Amino acid sequence: MSDSATVADHNPALQHHFADMEQQQQAATMGMWVFLITEIMFFGGMFLAYMVYRYMYYAAFVAGSQAMDFWYGTINTIVLICSSLTMALAVRASQVGQRKALVALLIVTMLFGCAFMGIKAIEYTGHWRDHQFPGASFHFEGPDPQHIEIFFSLYWAMTGFHALHMLIGIVVVGFITFYAWRGRYGPDYHNPVENVGLYWHFVDIVWIYLYPLLYLISHKHTG
Amino acid sequence: MAAIPLPGAEHENYLNKEYGIRSWLLTTDHKRIALLYLLSITFFFFIGGFFALLIRLELLTPAGDLVQADTYNKLFTMHGQVMVFFFLIPAVPAVLGNFLIPIMIGAKDLAFPRINLLSWYIFIIGGCFMLYTILTGGADTGWTFYTPLSTSFLDTHVVAAAVAIFIAGFSSILTGLNFIVTVHRMRAPGMTWSRLPLFVWANYATSIIQVLGTPVLAITLALVALERLFHFGIFDPQKGGDPLLFQHLFWFYSHPAVYIMILPGMGVVSEIVACFSRKRVFGYKFMALAVIAIAVFGFLVWAHHMFVAGISLYAALVFSLLSYLVAVPSAIKVFNWTATMYKGSISYTTPMLYAFGFIGLFTMGGLTGLFLAALGLDVHVTDTYFVIAHFHYIMVGGMVMAYIGGLHFWWPKISGRMYPESWGRLAALTIFIGFNLTFFPQFILGYLGMPRRYWQYSPEYQVLNVLSTAGSTILAVGYVLPMVYFLWSMRYGKVADENPWGAAGLEWMTASPPPTFNFDETPEVTWEAYNYGEAKEVPVER
Amino acid sequence: MFANLPLWPDRASNMAGNVDALFIFLLILCGLMCVAIFIMILVFAAKYRRRKGVEAEQIEGSTALELTWSGVPLLIFMGIFAWGAIIYFQERTPPQDSAEIYTVAKQWMWKFQHMEGQREINELHVPVGRDVKMIMTSQDVIHSFYVPAFRIKQDVLPGRYTVAWFRATKAGTYHLFCAEYCGTSHSGMIGSVVVMEPALYEQWLSGGPAAPLPQAGKQLFMSLGCSTCHRLDTQGRGPNLANLYNHPVLLEDGRTIIADDNYIGESILNPAAKLVSGFKPIMPTFQGIISEEQLNALVAYIKSLSQPTEGEAGSRNTPAASPSGQPQTMQVQ
Ligand SMILES: [Cu+2]
Ligand SMILES: [Cu+2]
Repeated sequence: MSDSATVADHNPALQHHFADMEQQQQAATMGMWVFLITEIMFFGGMFLAYMVYRYMYYAAFVAGSQAMDFWYGTINTIVLICSSLTMALAVRASQVGQRKALVALLIVTMLFGCAFMGIKAIEYTGHWRDHQFPGASFHFEGPDPQHIEIFFSLYWAMTGFHALHMLIGIVVVGFITFYAWRGRYGPDYHNPVENVGLYWHFVDIVWIYLYPLLYLISHKHTG
Repeated sequence: MAAIPLPGAEHENYLNKEYGIRSWLLTTDHKRIALLYLLSITFFFFIGGFFALLIRLELLTPAGDLVQADTYNKLFTMHGQVMVFFFLIPAVPAVLGNFLIPIMIGAKDLAFPRINLLSWYIFIIGGCFMLYTILTGGADTGWTFYTPLSTSFLDTHVVAAAVAIFIAGFSSILTGLNFIVTVHRMRAPGMTWSRLPLFVWANYATSIIQVLGTPVLAITLALVALERLFHFGIFDPQKGGDPLLFQHLFWFYSHPAVYIMILPGMGVVSEIVACFSRKRVFGYKFMALAVIAIAVFGFLVWAHHMFVAGISLYAALVFSLLSYLVAVPSAIKVFNWTATMYKGSISYTTPMLYAFGFIGLFTMGGLTGLFLAALGLDVHVTDTYFVIAHFHYIMVGGMVMAYIGGLHFWWPKISGRMYPESWGRLAALTIFIGFNLTFFPQFILGYLGMPRRYWQYSPEYQVLNVLSTAGSTILAVGYVLPMVYFLWSMRYGKVADENPWGAAGLEWMTASPPPTFNFDETPEVTWEAYNYGEAKEVPVER
Repeated sequence: MFANLPLWPDRASNMAGNVDALFIFLLILCGLMCVAIFIMILVFAAKYRRRKGVEAEQIEGSTALELTWSGVPLLIFMGIFAWGAIIYFQERTPPQDSAEIYTVAKQWMWKFQHMEGQREINELHVPVGRDVKMIMTSQDVIHSFYVPAFRIKQDVLPGRYTVAWFRATKAGTYHLFCAEYCGTSHSGMIGSVVVMEPALYEQWLSGGPAAPLPQAGKQLFMSLGCSTCHRLDTQGRGPNLANLYNHPVLLEDGRTIIADDNYIGESILNPAAKLVSGFKPIMPTFQGIISEEQLNALVAYIKSLSQPTEGEAGSRNTPAASPSGQPQTMQVQ
């Protein structure tokens, strides 16, 4: 790692405080993984609350879950899985230096993200209209409306924070798309694309857990 | 091993390379960011300290006569929140860690300099929310935000305070993330893990806690805010929510947060004790292992704050047992510092006095922790002044002593100037005396049964409270002194050379103050940490 | 002023001696540890102070030493843990035949309901030598029932019961504090525990008011209409409540739980939360309809249905004002 060697193959994207591109890339990747660990802990708090209350008020959770629209949830799941695929292909495109494919795939990914948000917005409007938002106006016909309200509190909090992450993801992908279009990424330098890909997959995975937990609680208690 | 041998001369360094407010606010130099943090947290330290003085003044008499009950509640709430989240947690990592870790491992900067700057801005935004909270009348939840009091029964600025801490939390996360990646990926050639200074180990362990714990606090406070704003019912027993779940989530972060505050302090003390004993730290490997063990086990003991909260008997047994396990590595640290002095060559400089103070007060704080972890005894002393005294021994007696000691130790490196030694010793002594007078009586108050957060109290507790208040004024003087002479020394202090203490460690092999990229040439490390055996000359005691 | 400097709290319960013993043991142990470390530091600091021409001796460390000073403390710590656990176990397990006192905490007062019917605010009368079990709930936020002279403390939560118990050993008046921060007048949420010799206590009791608590509960049970579904003779639309207390209940979702104070209380406030197997969720909630004190009376009544001595407990039955001077009536919110 002598200085002369690094100067020789100096890449314009290399920041001054790194010895070489390899070090820079490893640092970026590791930073992203550490960040995702904090994200897991962030959502973990809500998942814990979910588990506790689902155990305590199982019947209410079944009732609340049945008030979810199965199709909205399912379609959104499919949309997100597709977006993960296009994101994975985008990362691949950046690694092999296909600029046009990269830009196109990132745009498609963003569109999937927007579709998800759109469907979610429709769904939210429905819940709002049906008084399924916690608070004074909450109303639910059923045996145990009080605990169904907890289900909906968790539903709004969990999907709300997830949607916030989606929104941030879409914006960041937007920036990355812009730089990709300007030709910044190629086989030598693509870790921003990889990292945003990691983030995107993470947000998808959170949904993959939210979907069954919120939409698909069965009637029968198997425990 | 190239350093610039230019003591006194105006070599180009991180301070004089650029001038102007822009060059500071847009800097990505970890050393400048450290100074930005230093300024910000000093500001918050004096705000929090001011509240503390008002609290002590109110408690001078049993009757609530200085301020209103609500005001008093706001005072201790703001004192706790400001001190914990805006001073103690960022203190050593964001100031000393930021400044020193890259230099100590032979790197030019942290792995993500821009994220480092971002973390300071996030801290400032959080700080602005905190100031807003204070200036518009404050919150009175207690720093612990216990529900349902915080969610449904108060009409103060609880959401603003929660948002402030939520935001500041992300600054802490980003600092931790930066340190972890830096220590993993940015070490100079030859700087193996077993050659890292213990200060780096300590901050690395701290970073793990910051990264894993802080997001849990963030989501917990976010849910509290949602409860207040939109009447979510997750922690509200009126709606079937469970306030104990809040406590579990809160302490899942806030117990490890104690280690965020104390571990870096331990790192500082290891450096100081080694330097002024002119010896390698005794049991280096165990010291490094101990900090990691504390960080890991620290996550398994949170419910010891809840022995009377209504958790099950068996949960309490498990958490008490685990709390004793985490006490072992802390004991190891104390024994090893003591053993480091054995057959050393000890000088009583100001930083060393702080280190002595730290070891003594941390020992007392730690040992009283044994009282609190003992289930049957905790029932009596929890939520009394015994707890207050205990954690102030750890945080103020331990952590603040280490922080100020560290500032003295590295002040020549940071500023390029020496502080006045005799004033330094005087301040250290003042702080030590003031601290003990303030907090020792509180142990007795606690065992007598005086509950914490009491605006007025039964008259038989007065004498001890008067002692405590008297101590707090001495303590306040002790804290103002260093600020005065540090400022003085920046202009009039003796110019420091590269290594005024004759200390080992990469940070002493570059100029004081260091150049922007720390080293002119990336150093290659061929020696172990604390190689005092091979150090050249012992500086003459002043 | 300096006469006003107590250094040890009153010791007035069966628990106080145990807690003090552990405390003193820890004081001595930790005191010795502290002194040992401080002396070592001082001795090293003096003996090995920097001198011209004397170099420090470089010592790497010693695994044997490290293992010793982790192992020995660990053993000591385990001992302390066990001792603390034993005391805690006592503190958490009230004897079977304890006298029960229902407690409602609210911002910022303590309300007590004796089984015999007496009701008190911020003052609690108990006899020397009797095991007393406090069954406590809160009307608003979390409070904590703390009597330093008894060395007991227990948080009091809204929406559930928590329990503390003690046996007073010395007559006198002792502090009662709220130890969990609960808002503006937290420090004003104080009272006193008056421990009386049994004879005096009997006298105090005989000045008590109306009906014993279970009987008050029974009246409520009738007037609220509970008895139309929960019949004692046969199985009605709701479960028969005779011999319910402390017995297992099979729930609709398949779980089996023991019907304790908390279950009974929850089932009144939130009938659908733990539905008994074979019954429909038709019972209305009583949350916001009855006060915590009325809830206590109902629970006490339902519990009395499982005790063969029912009717015996509340034989003292003279209508009068409560001894603490406050006229108290149950209020429907
Ligand atoms: Cu703790
Ligand atoms: Cu209270």
